[in-house]
Amino acid sequence: MTNLKGFSRRGVLKGGLAGILATGVSPLIFSKGAYAQEFCNAPTGDTVTLGFVMPLTGAYADEGADQQRAFLLAVEHLNGEGDGGMIPTFSSKTLTGGGILGKKVVYVTGDDQTKPDAGRDTARRMIERDGAVMISGASSSGVAIAEQALCQEKGIIYMAGLTHSNDTTGKDKKRFGFRHFFNAYQSGIALGPILGDAYGKDRVAYHLTADYTWGWTQEESMIAATEALGWKTLPPVRTPVNAGDFSQYLTPVLNSGADVLVLNHYGFDGVNSITQAMQFGMRDKQVNGKDFQIVLPLVSDLMAKGAGEAIRGVYGTANWDWQLGDEASKAFTKSFGAKYGQPPSQIAQTSYAQVLLYADACERAGTFLPSAVIKALEDYEFDGLGNGPTTYRGSDHQCFKEVYAVKGKDAPANPFDLLEVVATASKESVTYDPAIFGGELGPDTAAAC
Amino acid sequence: MDAILAQLLNGLDKGGAYALIALGLTLVFGTLGVVNFAHGALFMLGAFCAVTLRQLITLETVVIDPEQLSAWGSPLEIRTPLAQTWFGDFGAVLVDYSVPLSIVLAIPTMLLIGIAMERGIIKHFYKRPHAEQILVTFGLAIVLQEVVKAIFGPNPISQPIPSAVRGAFDVGAMLGLAPGALTYPMWRLIYFLFSLGIIGAVFAFLRFTTFGMVVRAGMADRETVGLLGINIDRRFTIMFGIAAVVAGLAGVMYTPLLPPNYHQGMDFLVLSFVVVVVGGMGSLPGAVAAGFLLGILQSFASMSEVKQIIPGIDQIIIYLIAVVILLVRPRGLMGRRGMMES
Amino acid sequence: MTLFALSRRDLAVFAVFAVVVLAMPFWLQPLGAAYPALMQKFVISAIFAIGFNILFGLTGYLSFGHAAFLGVGSYTAVWSFKLLTMDAIPAIFFAVLVSGLFALVIGYLSLRRSGIYFSILTLAFAQMCYNLAYSVLTPITNGETSLQLTLSDPRLIDTALAPRPAGLPSASLFGHSFSGLEGFYFCAVVLLIAFFVTQKIFASPFGMMLRAIKSNQTRMTYTGFNTRPYTLTAFVISGMFAGLAGALFAITDPLAGTERMQWTASGEVVLMTILGGVGTLIGPVIGAWFIEYFENIFSAFNESVVHAFFSFLPAEIADPVALVASKFVGEGWQLTLGLLFVLVVVFLPGGIMEGVRRIGSLFGRRGTPVSPGAARAQPAE
Repeated sequence: MTNLKGFSRRGVLKGGLAGILATGVSPLIFSKGAYAQEFCNAPTGDTVTLGFVMPLTGAYADEGADQQRAFLLAVEHLNGEGDGGMIPTFSSKTLTGGGILGKKVVYVTGDDQTKPDAGRDTARRMIERDGAVMISGASSSGVAIAEQALCQEKGIIYMAGLTHSNDTTGKDKKRFGFRHFFNAYQSGIALGPILGDAYGKDRVAYHLTADYTWGWTQEESMIAATEALGWKTLPPVRTPVNAGDFSQYLTPVLNSGADVLVLNHYGFDGVNSITQAMQFGMRDKQVNGKDFQIVLPLVSDLMAKGAGEAIRGVYGTANWDWQLGDEASKAFTKSFGAKYGQPPSQIAQTSYAQVLLYADACERAGTFLPSAVIKALEDYEFDGLGNGPTTYRGSDHQCFKEVYAVKGKDAPANPFDLLEVVATASKESVTYDPAIFGGELGPDTAAAC
Repeated sequence: MDAILAQLLNGLDKGGAYALIALGLTLVFGTLGVVNFAHGALFMLGAFCAVTLRQLITLETVVIDPEQLSAWGSPLEIRTPLAQTWFGDFGAVLVDYSVPLSIVLAIPTMLLIGIAMERGIIKHFYKRPHAEQILVTFGLAIVLQEVVKAIFGPNPISQPIPSAVRGAFDVGAMLGLAPGALTYPMWRLIYFLFSLGIIGAVFAFLRFTTFGMVVRAGMADRETVGLLGINIDRRFTIMFGIAAVVAGLAGVMYTPLLPPNYHQGMDFLVLSFVVVVVGGMGSLPGAVAAGFLLGILQSFASMSEVKQIIPGIDQIIIYLIAVVILLVRPRGLMGRRGMMES
Repeated sequence: MTLFALSRRDLAVFAVFAVVVLAMPFWLQPLGAAYPALMQKFVISAIFAIGFNILFGLTGYLSFGHAAFLGVGSYTAVWSFKLLTMDAIPAIFFAVLVSGLFALVIGYLSLRRSGIYFSILTLAFAQMCYNLAYSVLTPITNGETSLQLTLSDPRLIDTALAPRPAGLPSASLFGHSFSGLEGFYFCAVVLLIAFFVTQKIFASPFGMMLRAIKSNQTRMTYTGFNTRPYTLTAFVISGMFAGLAGALFAITDPLAGTERMQWTASGEVVLMTILGGVGTLIGPVIGAWFIEYFENIFSAFNESVVHAFFSFLPAEIADPVALVASKFVGEGWQLTLGLLFVLVVVFLPGGIMEGVRRIGSLFGRRGTPVSPGAARAQPAE
């Protein structure tokens, strides 16, 4: 090999030179365009691109499908097609059906597989390849937090979909991220008194918890709310997301001395664990001289549909329900029902509202510039999107509005009449001091695009 | 004590599923010498036999009444199940018992799929190295699951338990414990008994029929049996079909416990291989024993009392046992000496 | 200089390869794939695949647990960012080191068995890593939520040198922080180094020894030769490559999720290597690019594209044809991939590279062997 020395040295030099050329020169050529625009993915033509990332597969795929329906409906309404849905009931009157700032809204959709890695990957593709100026979506807090952090890095507005973890607007809050959905802490406030009235002060709770940020914070909030009533809590058990068969976790429950089972599960996980709990005959049991009860702190119409009879009489909380009587909810349900033949679920409402809120903020700011849009959204007060008067708090980007305690209906009148609102916690009662969760929003500028 | 008994029951019903899958896998390995990574996919296909049957017998006629509006603003749809219009009450019973009925559909379907797989692809790989068998069957597993995804979509489709056996059964009362002290879901008990039945049938078939005898002889010494003028290849093809049926039936009966989706096979695959190596490659009794053993150990490892001593043990116990067995006694619990040992 | 010496042919291969990799932003443009996130994936997956090939291609040991090393690399790199500095070099150093240690332990145990038992051992170890990362190791890995940077990370070295920046930092090299296209070039240079190292291994006596083990381990053992140190070295090198790939994933996007450790991720690198051509230098790279392209671009074809493609047919024929065809593209890309994979294993065990060679020899030229050992995968039994 020594006789080839000369070649090799030249080769190394060549390779090195190519490397230097490449790293030194090419970025200038390629990223010029990127730096020339004043912010990341500023819409230049007569369209504006929004990126929608949803769980189309995985444990929350049912929710993702409904989320997609809502996004498409919102785009339709923004572009002036259809009946306009909640645009006429929305308190801000900037939206006229002419797109956003006169630009027609186009969109890209993608699957996050209910996994943070995959969701972030999809969002990155939308930002880098498709030029999305805003990302919205997610039905899992793990995914939402991962995407929100990415958007903070890239300087893209992130309008979170269904994410219920306290961390999304707490410890992991971001300047570029906004959440319309309520959180686990508010669920605890709304659900605590209802559970106290229904099941008494002397109860022992057993928690099965989805093993990630949402499960952890909901478990914490529910324990705090129920222990305030005087309940006792057994050591909680963590279960993997998408575990499927929960029987090995359910088997110990009946002999543990607990008389309430709290299922911190969502999507298919929630459906599976509650139906399997029913197969164990838990609701027919007597423990400690009391009827055994199951609580599902976060529940949606879609889960109720999947669980069937198992959901009847079970308490939980929801961000919204299609049977709420206000004008906005009626208008949205009608518009959605006419297009898809079924009423919207809570994820559809929050996702639809988020797109409208973003569009309205751009209109009010008069620009797509993220820092201006953020200012327009912070501490913004609005009404007419289905939850009554609402505030987007500036200090943590959490929406404050009514929270609904719901119960699985005993005698449904139709296939979608599954949950009934049993109590409404007022906006004031679910407002808390942002300092309790810590976190830092960070700057409203971003270096990278 | 009640807690331990309950956990034992849970281990038995999990173990039933593991044992059935491992049994089929071992049949294929023992007879054909093929490492079949598509075996999990056969379990999944069985489950989708149940889905298919249910979708067929719950076909509905939909009449849209434009005069009436539903509560959510779309025209009211009036749905009538065809099974009910044709068969009346009997139709309703059919729908109720769709899962056990699917067995009737699953047996011929899985037999055909198995035979087609063996004739189409697997037989070309008898002489190829195990690594290539793994690769081709792994590819086949991907193809099968993607076909199912293309037809049935990516989401799980739940199957109901027949209403008569929906609740829990008081096992404690049978054992003389206080009433209600030990109850267990009836369908899970049925699954356990079902798996025992299938296992018994397979063993009886191999033990007491001429066919089974030839196959066992072939497993021991394929060449000599071939020299005796017996067409061992055709019998092995049928054995592959039978293995597919066993996996498929395990899948059918599992559907009410876990709504099937397209990648269920992959989820079970790793587990079933672990069961097979723990039992001993090629040993049928080993596969069954290891299936129940691992099911029970996994269930016990999930108890909080155990997890407090060794955190996380419930997540890794199965793999841990496999690693220890493979390192200490690679022929498994009941494997033949020299079987794939090097 | 012998350390950097290559045979003339290898040198030519390296030069061509370097040009192809560095020119990616140009030639991927018409293919619709010239955006940083995807190009980074092209390059990083290639590193993962050539590393896997050092084990499987040279020794014939089929590991189904390599994703574990990739995950370990990612977690180590993110922790290096969180605790020490955003500089990429320490992140890579620690990631390669830690994944190498993991590979040493797992390899030492797994290599006591061969054939299918080896595959299942690696699978079991990898699943243990994954399940632990998901559950009890959550304080280290953050489980399903995935490990990320936060504003309050200590970053001891960075904060000692300069005041904290306002937002979340991105990875840097000697104080110059980079992302996007620069990130791609960084990874591309690492790929070229990795490729060069692989070329050296393939051409070295060590590589020769590994191939000898693959072709007949029993004979090697009979000659009184202890093969284990050689296979173990190959396993560790291969694990370090995976760790390197994991570190680069974290450098281009500082987040580490558990799912990249799952066994299906290990299965994907097997697919890449086989599709491209196991045992060859270039094959795994081509396989990796092929699969990444499928996953990211081909998967975006939707039904309307398919309908447009078949629009020359009369509607009665076009509709069912398009319906069937649409199952194979877009969301159904994995079906096409699975079919291709089966076809390759059955008819073309040398993968795409063998196909190229066969076509080459069809045209009368004597197909030059791409590299020794390009033959089909042999068992290590």
